[in-house]
Amino acid sequence: MMTASDEHKGYRGPGLATLKNYQVGVWNEVVIQSTRGEFAGIILPRAETADERHIVLKLHNGYNVGIAVETITGMTARGRRQAHYKIPEKEFPHDPRKPKVKLLGTGGTIASRLDYRTGAVIPAFSPGELYGSVPELADICNLETEKLYGVFSENMGPREWMGTAEAIGRDIRNGAAGIVIGHGTDTMHHTTAILSFMVQNSPVPIVVVGSQRSSDRPSSDAALNLIHATKTAAESDIAEVMVCMFGPTSDQYGLLHRGTRVRKMHSSYRSTFRTIGDIPLATVSRDKILHLREDYHRRRNDRNVDIITTFEEMVSIVYYYPNMKPDIIESLIDNDYKGIIIAGTGLGHVNKPLYPALKRATDKGIAVYMTVQTLWGYVQMYVYDTGRDIMNLGVVPAANMLPEVAYVKLGWTLGQTTDPAEVKKIMLTPIAGEITEREPHNGYLIYQGGIPEVEEFIARYKK
Amino acid sequence: MKTVQPLVLFEDATPETYAEWGMKSGLEIHQQLKTTKKLFCRCPVLPYSDHVDADILRHMRPTLSELGEYDGTALMEFKTRKNIIYQLDNRSVCTYEMDDTPPFELNPEALDIALEIALLLDCNIVSELHIARKQYLDGSIPTGFQRTTIVGIEGKILVNGRDIHIIQLGLEEDACREIDDTGHQRIYRTDRLGIPLVETVTYPELRTPQEVAAAAQVIRYLTRATGRVRTGIGAARQDVNVSVTGGRRVEIKGVPKIRMIPRLVHNEALRQWSLLGIKQELKERGITEETFASVSREVTDQLRSTLFGPLRQALEEGLRVKAVVLRGFAGILNVPTQPETVFSKEIVDRVRVIACLDKFPNLIHSDAPGHNLLSSEWTRLKRSLDCRDKDTLVITWGAEADAQRATEEIIIRAREATVGIPDETRQALSDGTNGFERILPGPDRMYPDTDLPPQAITEEYIQKVRLRLPERPWEKERHYHEMGVDTASAERLSRCTLGGIFERMVNEIGVAPGAATKYLTVILPAVMRRRGVLAVPDAGKLLEIMHAVVEHKLDFAAAEILTAGMLSGRITDPHRAVAELPLTVINDVEAGRLIAAIIAEADLGRIPLEKRHAYVMGLVMAKLRGRIAGRRCAEIARRHLGQG
Repeated sequence: MMTASDEHKGYRGPGLATLKNYQVGVWNEVVIQSTRGEFAGIILPRAETADERHIVLKLHNGYNVGIAVETITGMTARGRRQAHYKIPEKEFPHDPRKPKVKLLGTGGTIASRLDYRTGAVIPAFSPGELYGSVPELADICNLETEKLYGVFSENMGPREWMGTAEAIGRDIRNGAAGIVIGHGTDTMHHTTAILSFMVQNSPVPIVVVGSQRSSDRPSSDAALNLIHATKTAAESDIAEVMVCMFGPTSDQYGLLHRGTRVRKMHSSYRSTFRTIGDIPLATVSRDKILHLREDYHRRRNDRNVDIITTFEEMVSIVYYYPNMKPDIIESLIDNDYKGIIIAGTGLGHVNKPLYPALKRATDKGIAVYMTVQTLWGYVQMYVYDTGRDIMNLGVVPAANMLPEVAYVKLGWTLGQTTDPAEVKKIMLTPIAGEITEREPHNGYLIYQGGIPEVEEFIARYKK
Repeated sequence: MKTVQPLVLFEDATPETYAEWGMKSGLEIHQQLKTTKKLFCRCPVLPYSDHVDADILRHMRPTLSELGEYDGTALMEFKTRKNIIYQLDNRSVCTYEMDDTPPFELNPEALDIALEIALLLDCNIVSELHIARKQYLDGSIPTGFQRTTIVGIEGKILVNGRDIHIIQLGLEEDACREIDDTGHQRIYRTDRLGIPLVETVTYPELRTPQEVAAAAQVIRYLTRATGRVRTGIGAARQDVNVSVTGGRRVEIKGVPKIRMIPRLVHNEALRQWSLLGIKQELKERGITEETFASVSREVTDQLRSTLFGPLRQALEEGLRVKAVVLRGFAGILNVPTQPETVFSKEIVDRVRVIACLDKFPNLIHSDAPGHNLLSSEWTRLKRSLDCRDKDTLVITWGAEADAQRATEEIIIRAREATVGIPDETRQALSDGTNGFERILPGPDRMYPDTDLPPQAITEEYIQKVRLRLPERPWEKERHYHEMGVDTASAERLSRCTLGGIFERMVNEIGVAPGAATKYLTVILPAVMRRRGVLAVPDAGKLLEIMHAVVEHKLDFAAAEILTAGMLSGRITDPHRAVAELPLTVINDVEAGRLIAAIIAEADLGRIPLEKRHAYVMGLVMAKLRGRIAGRRCAEIARRHLGQG
């Protein structure tokens, strides 16, 4: 039984009135007479974000067009043809010799289909669907999937982080050889950072993966990312929380980034994720995993894992800018925030007018930590007087923790204790590589395009 | 084989031939628009270049269409497992072309031109543009799809006095240029990618190869009438659809020149007619899609000691050899399908394109045992595979996966012979025949583009563009005809930039339409040809020449002298040249005086009597051309020579 809203999916105002007037609905084959001539096709649902005065028609040549309601002089229905969009589902084959990998879904477009309501793509997910669209997965592992959430990554928050951590703990205890988490890319690095703190001493790899081009596109990076992530979860020796996404923009290999040192650095490039201030853990291709460093947690056969799911939500990041007014800080204090991460300029600075507000904050017991908006490099507040003054206000330098990482770590820490000394101890003790003792010289490499030797390099290796 | 008839060659075909075949043809004409920037990003449109700054490697995977189907072409391209390399030139490509940045707003300049062309085609203009993704898994576009949109539908053009209907006018981005395609690697250059173009699609209403070419011309000149389309090599490309009775639509892609069209269309119709003959023959042998039978097996070891060169080499390289028995197919692979081409070519092409076995020969078969295996080897193989005289044995070789794919494709194509004509796009070959390119894509490859919102085309905008529409070629033609120009010249003038000059000569200078026509279609082209000039000279210059001709009452010969002088740069001011050369008109009396002087000066004694007149005329016309009609001179000279 079709409800009225299904019958006229997405149509409102004049568009809806016109459909009702001619007693037609979506998926009806129609011929429309208009002041601009005749148009024949199937009425499609209208995106809710589009205007109210056009009817969307799929012509017989496969193209969609919009017909303005004020041009319509007649409409005749000829039948119905509803789309049945279904990723071909095939039973995922079981091979007793292959490791068991669990894929937890939180959202994102690893596999997806079109959503007529919004005109956007929505995820599709079951092992059968994944096997139907990426059959290579069966060569790697026995895959089980579970949809935890279906949210865009900007809607991931503490509740979802805790739920994901608990699901990981459960699946590790249930014998998974590795965990893959499908995730939208925008806040993927927030999630890998918090999971690095909430899931400690994992015996198996925990690999977070997504795609920069949705899987409804032939050139999507989704399938290859998923193949790389699944291979890592099934075979890799690295028992840490990692991001697995494209290394170059070419379809060549993925990079395995430590969950606390990785950041999305481009709004749309495939190779958007970079390890900041360090080098990645490894590269992964269809054929092999190439380790780039030795200091990682090894895979174990036991099923022991520490799951510590706490989070204080009243924490904020303040991105400092010149001429910032103290009221920004004041409002956080007055709204009972318990923690503030400052992304300061240079080595970790803010202007003088903020000092009284910062003093008031720390006096009230609010944990205030300094990070750098340069992203690369350490906070160093002794070099200039400014820095010393700010430290005297009770602001604590957070070494080379990335601002977003410091944010989730402070929330996680304050969920466990409010004692400033204890908070400081946890914050400044590295748990999962979020603070490193040293920055290797090749941890900061942003080569500048246009320089002859750089162009020579680019011409030699695929981008 | 009683059902297979000899091929009718292009030269021997008449309109009745095509009527008997029930040939129908339609066109898809792609025309680049003259915009400064690309369609969905702000990259400049630059001349194509060979410069490469960087490479990108991608693969394509099939995805589902909006209606939930996989497209046949998409699956085929996935089977080929190609590495696709994109070569980037920093100047002409940004992160959009690399598919690393979402599209920017549709280029309004391109939409403006497309709307003008849609109105010239008399299309119903859509109220709202919806950008679609048309999948291309051959890699020609890094996204795997072309962004395209319909501007108008259901238009018409006039071709040789007959209405030919237009399905649609689309606005879309151009694809990459293919540089190389060998084995499992295909290389594209990206400078052309993203250039705006319009696609004009006609209904399959064209009935002879000549009519198809004529329609292509009309559409070409219609788009050129806007003055805002690109010209030159590759700026316009034609796809031609052909079908015959009992067959189905086959698309010949990327025909670079309109004059190639008639022969290509003929040969495709011929191919389809032949394939239907093969289907009939198979049916009479009791082979249908259901009863079709084949066996395939690896025969690498059995051919280990063969002396046949290509196989020897393949075996040395460690490649695998596979055999396919096509039951009841004896002789079929040798049936002619196009001039100099037999049915086995259909299979060879599939194996080349889909299994990527592009070193020839890529297969041999028992219908043409020829110079390959020894007859003892054929016999042994046939026996081991239970291949009888009524069967055909096909041998192919390649790397394991490729050889396997090849046997599958051999069987698929052979089975399709029982159905008749497969859904294919085919590539135009320079000899007028065509070869397999890919499986014909259908509407299943269309997908709405979720990156861009719909965009309304308002009534006000349409009206504004309507007001500035140029005359359509057939309107111009009628108009010129009404001005007194003969049919052939009216057609010619309506299809080139000379039409505008013609109108100005008649309207602004008062040249008689017949004289302007003769000047523009006979004299000017002749002078240009003699001097090797390709581009039509500046309209202002031509108008000045005609002005001088009218004012001084000169004749065509004078116009020719002035034109030649101007093209060579000797004459800059035609009015001055008329006085200086001189080119003023003289009467018979003055001509008689000048001719008498020429005869007196000439040493005629050594010239045989019968050749004297011609000799004198040579001297006379060199001096008097353009001042008096040659016919008059001839009379006067004859009189002075005492021959009159």
